[in-house]
Amino acid sequence: MPNKPFSASLREPVMHLNKGVIIDLHGEINGTVEVALNAAYDRAEAEDVHSIVLNFGGVDYINSTGIALIVGLLARARKSSRLLIVFGLSDHYMDIFNITRLVDFMNVYPDEQSAVAQLSQLQ
Amino acid sequence: MSVLTVPLRKLIRRNPAPASVRAVETRSASVLSAVEILPNDPLYSLCLSASGVIDLETLRLESDAVRQLRTAGIRLLIPLVNQGELVGMIQLGARMSDQEYTSDDLRLLGNLAPQAAAALRVAHLAYQQQVEARRRERLDQELRVAGIIQQTLLPKAVPSIDGWQFAAYWQPARTVGGDFYDFVPLQDGRLMIVIGDVTDKGVPAALVMASTRTILRAAAERLISPGEILRRANDVLHPDMPPKMFVTCLCAVLDPHTGRMQYANAGHNASLQRTCDGVIELRARGMPLGLMPGMTYEEKETILAPEDTVFMYSDGLVEAHDSERDMFGMKRLETLIGEHRGGDALIAYLRDALFNFTGAEWEQEDDVTFVVVQRHMQPSADPESGDGDSTVLDEFESPSEPGGERAVMERVARAVSAVDFPPARIERLKTAVAETVMNAMEHGNHYRADLPIKVRVQADARRLSVFVTDQGGDVPISQAPTPDLEAKLAGTQSARGWGLFLIKAMVDDLHVSATPTDHTVQLVFHLAGAHDAK
Repeated sequence: MPNKPFSASLREPVMHLNKGVIIDLHGEINGTVEVALNAAYDRAEAEDVHSIVLNFGGVDYINSTGIALIVGLLARARKSSRLLIVFGLSDHYMDIFNITRLVDFMNVYPDEQSAVAQLSQLQ
Repeated sequence: MSVLTVPLRKLIRRNPAPASVRAVETRSASVLSAVEILPNDPLYSLCLSASGVIDLETLRLESDAVRQLRTAGIRLLIPLVNQGELVGMIQLGARMSDQEYTSDDLRLLGNLAPQAAAALRVAHLAYQQQVEARRRERLDQELRVAGIIQQTLLPKAVPSIDGWQFAAYWQPARTVGGDFYDFVPLQDGRLMIVIGDVTDKGVPAALVMASTRTILRAAAERLISPGEILRRANDVLHPDMPPKMFVTCLCAVLDPHTGRMQYANAGHNASLQRTCDGVIELRARGMPLGLMPGMTYEEKETILAPEDTVFMYSDGLVEAHDSERDMFGMKRLETLIGEHRGGDALIAYLRDALFNFTGAEWEQEDDVTFVVVQRHMQPSADPESGDGDSTVLDEFESPSEPGGERAVMERVARAVSAVDFPPARIERLKTAVAETVMNAMEHGNHYRADLPIKVRVQADARRLSVFVTDQGGDVPISQAPTPDLEAKLAGTQSARGWGLFLIKAMVDDLHVSATPTDHTVQLVFHLAGAHDAK
């Protein structure tokens, strides 16, 4: 079964939801997508936003290297005092985010509606 | 009275003469030489139009035939005309008593002529029918022999390999056909499986089928890659392929030890693999054999997990029509395969489905051929591999290549579907397997393509185990420190190093063993009912 190609794209048109942008992720997150993932994050940062929202709804596989990439994004966000918000994780990867304690350092929501609602409250 | 009966073949050069007439001509001492009357001779037209006896002595006609007849001593001609066609002729010489023919003689001969003509006509037709019947009988006999010979070109029996079941069905639309299938054991223990379909039906297709089978077998003696086998067969077949003919052909090479099946396809129907997740088409690109020289064939592979079935077939199945001219079709076939457990029973199941669809009066339009390959659940034969009563759900090798863990993960998940294992735990198992396999491929085998990892999945009543073996030997693998997320975020610890941590978090137990050449990780998951299952 062929793997879905990875893509990380800023939601077009870029929605400045209370100074936040959404990056839609698709495919599998492993070591090969580092450049694409960081490039998407770079574009989000260039929008001069307070929050960056990662949509994992289209992600079907994350391996340990992929976890490391997400840790890297989280480290960048913290360094630039941005909020990293996440939604769309499957139950299993929610489990992984708990085990790795990523949920302790980022705001995790089950769906886009609740993530956007959180952005509104951050006004 | 002398009787001359000229064979009709000589008279009009159209119909063959009955053998009995020819015998009269040669055996009787009183028979004179027959005189041939050509269709362009005026006498021929006269014979067609005259009624009764023609007296040559009084006949005034400028004709070569009349001159020859007179020279031969012929006195009377009695044309035998039936349905406007000159079917024969009686030529009489002088009476043996030297008396002249009387008017009674002439009347008798005149009355005899139409009856003799009708009888001769019937005799000719009967003879022609006999000749035609003999010709058909000879052709039928030749076809029956050809059919028997063709069947000898098909495997006399399906292969017998532990843990596998093979079945085949071949039904030509005529006595002989263009469909074929073959099982060819290769020297390295693998098995080549072929199914093919020659355009057209009957004898021409059967002849091309025979040569194709021979060429494929010859190619398999030197080549073990299905794409290469098809490429070679195409190059050999193309120069001698009759116009407007070609061969579609699917060639698969199965490793019975691992379940790995490589395949290439020369324009044949894609085979179907029935897995626990559904039915998938095994597609690979390639032109039919014999159409164009220098073709190459895309090569792909799949893994047959225990209980998986691969079904190969010819278009005579999916293109069969019912009385309403509706086609059997792919969707129907996929549904039928999806709802059946496979094995040789699948043959009868599909055959019955086909006959039910087409109806009892179906005149088979095309050759129909199926080949079924099924992998069985296999009991463990290795007492050291786990509990004595454990069952091996799957055992296979996978090349060490970046990203290769994903396919292994999915295959193990398929194998585990045979036991009672909750979906949420399957996701944990998949992550544990993927991380273990990544470690084995990267750190044990250094992503060397020639060093495959080995995977075995087995279960007993209490637990499920996945063994992942690399060829790193008894060399300690450097262990990453326990991940500390705060340290990673602060940059004092690498962001990486989650693999072993995740594995331990996903499994109920973990064992590591090594020999001088191998390094094995055993992932253990307690099955439902075990008190300590995660």
